[in-house]
Amino acid sequence: MSFVPGQPVTAVVQRVEIQKLCQGENLILGFSIGGGIDQDPGQNPFSEDKSDKGIYVTRITPGGPAESAGLKMGDKIMQVNGWDMTMVTHDQARKKLTKKREDVVRLLITRKSLEEAVKHSKGSHPSHLPAQTNARTTKDRVVL
Amino acid sequence: MLSPMVMEEGDEVLQVLEVGEAVEEVKEVIISTIEEEIRRSSPLNSKTSQDDNWGETTTAITGTSEHSLSQEDIVRITKDLEDSVGLDCRRYVARYVARSIAVILGLLVFFTPLAFLVLPHILWPEKLQSCETACEGLLISVAFKLLILLLAVWALFFRPARAGLPRAFVFRILLAVLVLLFVISYWLFYSVRILDSQDMNYQGIVQYAVSLVDALLFIHYLAVVLLELRQLQPCFSVCVTRATDGETRHYNLGQLSIQRAALAIIERYYCDFPIHNPALLSASKSRAAKHLAGLKVYNVDGPGNNASAGMAQSQSRAMIAAAARRRDTSHNELYYEEAEHERRVRKRRARLVVAVEEAFTHIKRMQEEEPKKAPGDVMDPREAAQAIFPSMARALQKYLRTTKQQHCHSMESIQQHLAFCITNNLTPKAFLESYLSPGPTLQYGKDHWLGRRWTLISEASVTSGLKDGSIFLLKCVDFSLVVTSKKIPYVQMSEEYIDPKSHKFVLRLQSETSV
Repeated sequence: MSFVPGQPVTAVVQRVEIQKLCQGENLILGFSIGGGIDQDPGQNPFSEDKSDKGIYVTRITPGGPAESAGLKMGDKIMQVNGWDMTMVTHDQARKKLTKKREDVVRLLITRKSLEEAVKHSKGSHPSHLPAQTNARTTKDRVVL
Repeated sequence: MLSPMVMEEGDEVLQVLEVGEAVEEVKEVIISTIEEEIRRSSPLNSKTSQDDNWGETTTAITGTSEHSLSQEDIVRITKDLEDSVGLDCRRYVARYVARSIAVILGLLVFFTPLAFLVLPHILWPEKLQSCETACEGLLISVAFKLLILLLAVWALFFRPARAGLPRAFVFRILLAVLVLLFVISYWLFYSVRILDSQDMNYQGIVQYAVSLVDALLFIHYLAVVLLELRQLQPCFSVCVTRATDGETRHYNLGQLSIQRAALAIIERYYCDFPIHNPALLSASKSRAAKHLAGLKVYNVDGPGNNASAGMAQSQSRAMIAAAARRRDTSHNELYYEEAEHERRVRKRRARLVVAVEEAFTHIKRMQEEEPKKAPGDVMDPREAAQAIFPSMARALQKYLRTTKQQHCHSMESIQQHLAFCITNNLTPKAFLESYLSPGPTLQYGKDHWLGRRWTLISEASVTSGLKDGSIFLLKCVDFSLVVTSKKIPYVQMSEEYIDPKSHKFVLRLQSETSV
């Protein structure tokens, strides 16, 4: 997941679609984010490379829409509805996620286990693909 | 120190006469007596006898020089030799000659300007021009400069000698030769140009004398730089290790000759190193002896078969191999022995501290305002010390015995120290300080350090300068100091300027937002 500035980033990503839940006046997604280019990357417990300033999922509300969509703690969010999340400030990321007009949020997230699963599947059987969950997860290689 | 009770009948013991060799190098005169003494006192020496039955006879070489008795013998013999004429004679004569030459040179140098000024008046008074104002001014300056020169020479050279060094002091000789040549050349010029031609210009003569005194002052300045200033800047770091127990100190010295460096080190040795205590070394020697004691070496081929060197080599190799294979538990014994000793010392120390504190509470200083007590009650410090000494004497003696320091302190010296502490209002802790840990050699009575002769053993010439990696030994009767020197590295320093306004800080942010 580490990258060299200026070079294209290659990662194995998973598409997660979350429906926003209506809670009174607010639309919530049920998770918390941390990170951003204006934050201190060394304190991020989930990143492998401690200079990674991307947006990470730090907490998932149990029973919330994010949990049922298959989002896990420690995931790095690469895109939100097409908007890039690898080089944004914390506030920009929050804004992209909490747009009042949208009630669906399509995330591209990456995590370490995805890479390993792909390597595993490549190594053991070229055509073997992992089973699909009910939240429409597909594994793609995304070049950003 | 091996007692015969430990060995069984028929056991052979081969011990190494290690200290005998060490004594050899110190003084030629002493060697023969001590070695002969040891040879005489020990029974059959198995190494030298060619007896066929040497395998069966019980031999025991007592190669013990740690007996306090034999140490005293050595010191006594050394002192006897010092009293008699013997070795000192040559050195004393040399010193006397050097001193007399220096005095003669000094007198010559001092009276030369005066002679220059006075001789024209004696030899051709009628032809001489009278002394005018400028000339008189110069005479006054000559007088004062001579006075300053006298004081300066007295300050620099007329100091009590610190030590007798093996070789002459090179710089002093150089300076003496320089002064001599200088004065001789001035006299030559004077005698040829002024005395022979009987110069009438007295002012010129006075100026000549003034120039001589000026030059002498400059030579004195040169002497100060060469003798005193040059060695002040530290150039070498020397590491001084005492051979017997490994005490090490490091000192910084300037550019000195090896003998002067040795002198500086010895003077610092007396202040810094704790006193040499031979009683503490006996444990390791007995352990070493025990290692060799358990092995028997049989000569299967019979005596006189090979060359003696080959036989000795194979013997020692066999012993080393056997010792390596043997399972040695002496480390265990050492560990428990040391732990036990530590415990004992601490217990005795606690008893001692309590006893001394209690003893000190028995006396107090008499105030002047108190009504005068009977003369029997009022004591001077010595009597007071004697009064409270018995209550702490036993605890102190036991502690000194446990830490093997009892030969360093006599009862008289302890009482004296106690009187000193009482007089100066020292606390019991301050009184005990000199007994709880071994102090520098000078702290103890004079018989511990008076009459010390040091031998400088060096491969390089002792008047050559100290160099990086030079090694020399300073041998005393009981021990030796090994000195190695290293050059202090050249330091290349660069500067970095920090603008005081450049100290700026930011907060480390780590926010978490729930969406």
